[in-house]
Amino acid sequence: MFTAPHVDWAHLAPVAIVLLAAVIGVLLEAFVPARVRRTVQLAFTLAALAGSLVAVAALWHGVRTSGGVKVLGGSLVVDGPTLVLQATILVLAIIAILVVADRTETGEDAFAPSAASVPGSDHEALARRLGLQQTEVYPLLLFATGGMLVFPATADLLTLFVALEVLSLPLYLLTGMARRRRLLSQEASMKYFLLGAFASALMLFGIALVYGYSSSLHYADIATKIGSPTDLDTLLLVGSVLILAGLLFKVGAVPFHAWTPDVYQGAPTPITGFMAACTKVAAFGALLRFVYTVIPGLKWDLDVVLWTVTIATMVVGTVIAMVQTDMKRVLAYSSVAHAGFILTGVVALDAQGVSSVLFYLFVYGLATIGAFGVVWLVRERDADGLVLGEATHLSQWAGIGRRHPWLAASFALFLLSFAGIPLTAGFIGKFGVFSAAADGGAWPLALVGVLASAGAAFFYVRIVVLMFFADVPEVEESGEPAASTASVSADDAVEPGTDVELATPQGAAVATLVEERPATTVTTVVRSEGLAAVAIGLCAVATVVLGVFPTPVLDLVQHMSTFLP
Amino acid sequence: MSSDFPWLTALVVLPLVGAAVLALLPAGARSSARGVALGFSLAELLLVVGALSAFDTSRAGEHQLLETHQWIPSIGASYAVGVDGVGIALIAMSVLLVPLVVLAAWREQGSSDGPTDQLRAYLAITLVLEAFIVAVFAARDVFFFYVLFEAMLIPVYFLIGRFGGAQRRYAAIKFLIYSLFGGLIMLVAVIVLYQHGPGGAQGFLTDNLTGITLDPTTEKWLFAGFFLAFAIKAPMFPVHTWLPDAAQNATPGTSTLLVGVLDKVGTFGMLTLCLPLFPAASRWAAPFVIVLAVVSILYGALLAIGQKDLMRLIAYTSVSHFGFIVLGIFAFTSTSVAGSSFYMVNHGLSTGALFLIAGFLVQRRGSQQIADFGGLQKVVPIMAGTFLVAGLSALSLPGLSTFISEFLVLVGTFARHPAAAIVATLGVVLAAIYVLWTYQRIFTGPVRDGLETMPDMRVRERWAVAPLIAAMLVLGFVPGPALDLVRPPAHTTLEQVGVTDVPVTAEGSK
Repeated sequence: MFTAPHVDWAHLAPVAIVLLAAVIGVLLEAFVPARVRRTVQLAFTLAALAGSLVAVAALWHGVRTSGGVKVLGGSLVVDGPTLVLQATILVLAIIAILVVADRTETGEDAFAPSAASVPGSDHEALARRLGLQQTEVYPLLLFATGGMLVFPATADLLTLFVALEVLSLPLYLLTGMARRRRLLSQEASMKYFLLGAFASALMLFGIALVYGYSSSLHYADIATKIGSPTDLDTLLLVGSVLILAGLLFKVGAVPFHAWTPDVYQGAPTPITGFMAACTKVAAFGALLRFVYTVIPGLKWDLDVVLWTVTIATMVVGTVIAMVQTDMKRVLAYSSVAHAGFILTGVVALDAQGVSSVLFYLFVYGLATIGAFGVVWLVRERDADGLVLGEATHLSQWAGIGRRHPWLAASFALFLLSFAGIPLTAGFIGKFGVFSAAADGGAWPLALVGVLASAGAAFFYVRIVVLMFFADVPEVEESGEPAASTASVSADDAVEPGTDVELATPQGAAVATLVEERPATTVTTVVRSEGLAAVAIGLCAVATVVLGVFPTPVLDLVQHMSTFLP
Repeated sequence: MSSDFPWLTALVVLPLVGAAVLALLPAGARSSARGVALGFSLAELLLVVGALSAFDTSRAGEHQLLETHQWIPSIGASYAVGVDGVGIALIAMSVLLVPLVVLAAWREQGSSDGPTDQLRAYLAITLVLEAFIVAVFAARDVFFFYVLFEAMLIPVYFLIGRFGGAQRRYAAIKFLIYSLFGGLIMLVAVIVLYQHGPGGAQGFLTDNLTGITLDPTTEKWLFAGFFLAFAIKAPMFPVHTWLPDAAQNATPGTSTLLVGVLDKVGTFGMLTLCLPLFPAASRWAAPFVIVLAVVSILYGALLAIGQKDLMRLIAYTSVSHFGFIVLGIFAFTSTSVAGSSFYMVNHGLSTGALFLIAGFLVQRRGSQQIADFGGLQKVVPIMAGTFLVAGLSALSLPGLSTFISEFLVLVGTFARHPAAAIVATLGVVLAAIYVLWTYQRIFTGPVRDGLETMPDMRVRERWAVAPLIAAMLVLGFVPGPALDLVRPPAHTTLEQVGVTDVPVTAEGSK
């Protein structure tokens, strides 16, 4: 017999607000006039996220004293880590959406005017001429965020799967909506979807196996069942590994990382920032809960799996990042390496491990959004002075530091934070996870971690060298860097493109296909409308402040790092 | 001012304020950047004099001017500063060098190369570096020390990479990766050390970590982690190869701070962290380290003789000198340890003078190749004279302060390891070759074409070098006050290591 569960709306408020707002956002799309639609959607989205953040804050004290509550019949758990992760996701989402919303001085956002049109078709040209905007991105972002808020809070396997799909589907869509290099973008979307579906299938199969073992979907029941030996251990082990595979896919850990570089590169840059930061937080949240509350009883069996994955992730991410020539791919592989660093804290399996992972996720997210925000502003400009897509080839970044010292300095700061240089937030994060790992007896992981960090520092530092130390002739000191007729220098030139003629009128001269690149472009930095600049500034300031005075945040996290069993 | 005045914090904050002022200088006032930087560095010098007067020399073996505040209690880190005699001597030496580096950069950075903004950035980064330097010599918390040890790489990296010579990018990356590698290995050791310590909110205080009992194997591994980082920093053979590249490509001022001061953090770390924290492992490793030190001495000297590039030559002489310092530290006699401490100060003065004068020469000639010089003694007598004095200090001529420290190191080492001391003495002979032969090639013989009109040192340049030569002469003839600072800490160190001092029968030139 089916009994409707008691719904504790107060504790569901953070999730409910965001999902409800997403639904309303779809309605806004239908009823608000196109002229003001973007403004309305943006304001509404930010308000919803802020409201959800307020709801989290309102729950904070109660959860801190009570230790947490189960809602919806135990399907969701609102405990310390849930609230910390939800707050992190919300803060990062707000900052990321500031970048998403920035149209820069070109007046064009990152999305195709009509994502449904075939690249290069008349339909596309028409949509562009009409100046259409795809404002559906905002409700899509809200849906994704809603899924992310549920993901780390789930305490049963079915909800876990539903949350995974809710957060993934909008991301698949958003990935394919880039305004420029649309084929690349759609290819990325397709890859992401196929690999994601594959991972989901693995996970679902794992869920079925574990259900077969324990005849329950609830984490608590499964954990209890693991304590009492049965003759179905194979079912449990295979099932757990498959579920882990699904989670590790979202985290971007080796060997489930293959989608990362293509998707990061193909997706619209602001979306990449959102995805890289928020998805990682949500996925690690879910992984933490699964590892800490479901399978501690399998520690001896699964340690070898987790250790192998952790070491492989750190090493592969670092080594492959060294040979990348595309900025977004460098950041993608660096995110793989960071997934490995975070995993060292997960493997530690103690309270210190949880709090260090939570802190790491926050500072990593900040630096990631900031870094992709900067990538969004660094563009190509063709011979006619038209601003094209992002200048992502590393060679195009040569000398940026001389012409745009503040932008380059903040990018350098994010890179140094990734590299874990002391006095940046990244160092405190790395210190936390490595000391948690060493504390939990996993000091070999910490050792591999620091060696990988040294390797990773190499490619971060190489970018700093490129930005600041490259021999690029000084551009004349004219005030407006973006508007100035940026001089063509040898270093700035891209590799010669194909001989596609771009004799199209103003506004249509955007390269929509992958190969279509003008022969000569120069690198230029477009001015932000203000929103992206604010976001980058926030990230930079937070990276420094959390590097020097991390105590308030560390304390906040430390008292909220116990999972409700 | 009262003794409660936070001297060390003030010494850290003042240069940072200076850097901030430089960074925020309004567009109209940017031409005054040099004056601002010089003013702040001189004010810092005054502060050091104040700190020295507040420092009680009769208790030089203890850490004084202590300040301890909570910093990140959840990971056990504190902001803790305090200096013993060695620490304050090194701080004083570093702070003396900075205004001279500023003076030396007066025209070199900026006139030839772009607008004055370049110079402003250079000076601001130098001041930030000065703050890190003071803090690292004063840190009494292992975590705080580690943070500074790594963070100070970044300003140096920018100084080399932005303002250096032809291969500056390569040199900057090599420097950073070498140092980071050592530093990260040390990080693991730092983490593990904390777990074996008392823990808690002040678990990283050096005093709380000194004297804890460690499992011998763990202790050896931890020692190795710290020592590797310090050996790279110092630098010792065989992990020295970044130094010649860095010195060759950095500006003379940067090299002065890098070799003269920053590398001392390596030897200072061995003295104040490796030995007290891991006494048994230090005793265990001493023979190995002494062999490495002797190899460094001879290898550095031999390679210095073979160098064609003036800056590389000076870098290799430093590898040799750092060998002496490490030798003295790990010989474990009060004489040798005190000698090494004093050596650190003297080497800063001597190398600083060499780099700065060589920088003036190179700037005039436009080449670092020794072969491009010749017969300059008649053309630029003052430069020749000061270079000779600086060079003689590198070969430890009696009457100059370096003689006393090198003598103490050798005598002290001889008391325990006669063989090592005798072999190391060869390094002194080789030093005579590389110094005098270099002088001969640059300053004697016929004047080379095109060099007849080379201008001699300007007043500003004389001021940049004179204090160093004066300091070396004064400390050479009246070493007493300086030795009073470094002797008591040497005794304290030996007690911590747990070795009995070997008396030196003939303790000369006091």
